[in-house]
Amino acid sequence: MSFWMKNLPGALVIVIFLYILNMMMSSSGFFGMGVDNYTARLLVFIAINIILATSLNLINGFTGQFSIGHAGFMAVGAYASAYFTVNYGQGIVDSVAFLGETGSTSVVLLIAVAIGAIVAAIMGLIVGIPSLRLKGDYLAIVTLGFAEIIRIVILNIDAVGGATGYQVPGYANFLWIGFFTILTVVIVHNIVKSDMGRALVSIREDELAAEAMGVNTTRYKVISFVISSAFAGIAGVLFAHYNKFLSTNDFQFIKSFEIIIMIVIGGMGSMTGAIIGAIVVTLLPELLRELPPIDLPGFGVVNFADLRLVIFALILILTMIFRPQGIFGTREFGLSWLKRPRKASEGTASVGGTGGVPIAEDEDAKHLTSDGDKNE
Amino acid sequence: MNSSESSTALKTDEATMQFGGLVAVNKLTMDVREGEIYGLIGPNGAGKTTIFNILTGVYEPTGGDIVINGTRVNGLKPYQISRLGVSRTFQNIRLFPSMSVLENVVTACHRHANQNIFEAVLRLPKYFKDEKVHHEFAMELLEIFDLAKYKDEGGTSLPYGKQRRLEIVRALATKPKLLLLDEPAAGMNPSEQEDLTGLIKEIRDKLNLTIVLVEHNMRVVMGVCDRIQVVDYGKSIALGLPRDIKNDPKVIEAYLGD
Repeated sequence: MSFWMKNLPGALVIVIFLYILNMMMSSSGFFGMGVDNYTARLLVFIAINIILATSLNLINGFTGQFSIGHAGFMAVGAYASAYFTVNYGQGIVDSVAFLGETGSTSVVLLIAVAIGAIVAAIMGLIVGIPSLRLKGDYLAIVTLGFAEIIRIVILNIDAVGGATGYQVPGYANFLWIGFFTILTVVIVHNIVKSDMGRALVSIREDELAAEAMGVNTTRYKVISFVISSAFAGIAGVLFAHYNKFLSTNDFQFIKSFEIIIMIVIGGMGSMTGAIIGAIVVTLLPELLRELPPIDLPGFGVVNFADLRLVIFALILILTMIFRPQGIFGTREFGLSWLKRPRKASEGTASVGGTGGVPIAEDEDAKHLTSDGDKNE
Repeated sequence: MNSSESSTALKTDEATMQFGGLVAVNKLTMDVREGEIYGLIGPNGAGKTTIFNILTGVYEPTGGDIVINGTRVNGLKPYQISRLGVSRTFQNIRLFPSMSVLENVVTACHRHANQNIFEAVLRLPKYFKDEKVHHEFAMELLEIFDLAKYKDEGGTSLPYGKQRRLEIVRALATKPKLLLLDEPAAGMNPSEQEDLTGLIKEIRDKLNLTIVLVEHNMRVVMGVCDRIQVVDYGKSIALGLPRDIKNDPKVIEAYLGD
């Protein structure tokens, strides 16, 4: 257990930090220091987006299976847990009222998170088993389609508000949202740095070689897809219980693309990259809002905030041209950067020329045509 | 050599692989004995790599039977065949590009991993024990092939000859009983080829392996193989000891034409 003891002080610091931040966000503040609602909301959305980006990175970045339906699983988690909280939440709050207001709502939130994660995971399994037989563009299209199907189905269920939206009690505070963000990052990190993580990366690197080394590629693709969906579900639960209102418009394919943009900018297959990407993509529209409107000839007066999607697209294209592996590539930013040069990753970058997942897939294709090996 | 008394490691019975009208492997019968180094040679396009692909489950043979260590493997997936103790290298090197030398080898220890996802996520003592076992085992293997000093380099940034050796190390990390080497000496200079010949014999003895190798370099083939089978147009045309094969008129004809 020495590992746990060693990391206990760090964990305590994080909990205290989250607690203080949470206090600052409440109306009473922390010893007079407060954070205004706007900033608080922004921090919460950064945290939720980190969960989404980190979990999507598990399937897209590490396993190399291009799924673009993440918002669908987020919606499943959000609506399933919201239905639970709306219908049974108050009863549970009353029965554990002795824990106080924060305590009893936290109990409901934790159950809601469990429900959201499980339902999203089951949905991930249902979608994953048939669609993960496909590769590349085909997988992307199918997952996108499934996400839209999920959204349209939810839109037509009157029990969760249908098109009018769904009111949800706001039981999520920053303490819990921050906790689940850190939990997600730690769990995904620990998965990646384990036997399973190596199996996932080997699928991305060379599926045929991975199979020959005894990796059950289909199984691992599905497991990684299910885990990824479960975390998207958790992000959905937190979003629902913080935002207090759900509308299927929040889960359109634009949301899926936003999460893709986060990991592409940050670097597919990099934990730190996904986190940085989430922060950038969340803050960028807010920064654009600060810019003064300009008068574009032929277009009239244009607000930069309205050009959000155009600017995202531009950033994505520029990233693809000038740094296709994203900010971090598959590398991690951490203390080890300062300690020793990362020979392994440098070598890859020089061999592949550009590195990054799409390139690796191209090379596979070249291998295939050159010797006729079957890549199933 | 008393290999005739030992049991069979790999047996194919009229194995056939047909792609539409093309018969790449035509009723091929092989009988590889345990502990043997078995050479598979033939002109370009004779179907040697296809034989490896049907042996390892990349393709399902369209006819005949393949039995490895007593199990019929027709229709099994590559990972299932790997679990029966079969490992291979590839003609065009297929290392995992973004991984370091050591990571490439440790990844192949997957078959013997003794950690589940919960132990890994919760970082329980069993996880650390398991990781240590695999890293030490991988380092031992790298040591044998003189690659230990490159452990942190990118696998695909090594020189070509060393990449080939690394691929053999990775294949060995699955602890196979039967090792299939697809042109292990390709792209190596004569001194590297000599080293490799010695190494193949060494690992056979040290790790109790049966080795089947496809190779074009006759010096390596003649130097290392116990028996050689010659294939042309997917058919077996000769089988025997290296010195007999060298003088077989049918083999000479297949290679040089009449």
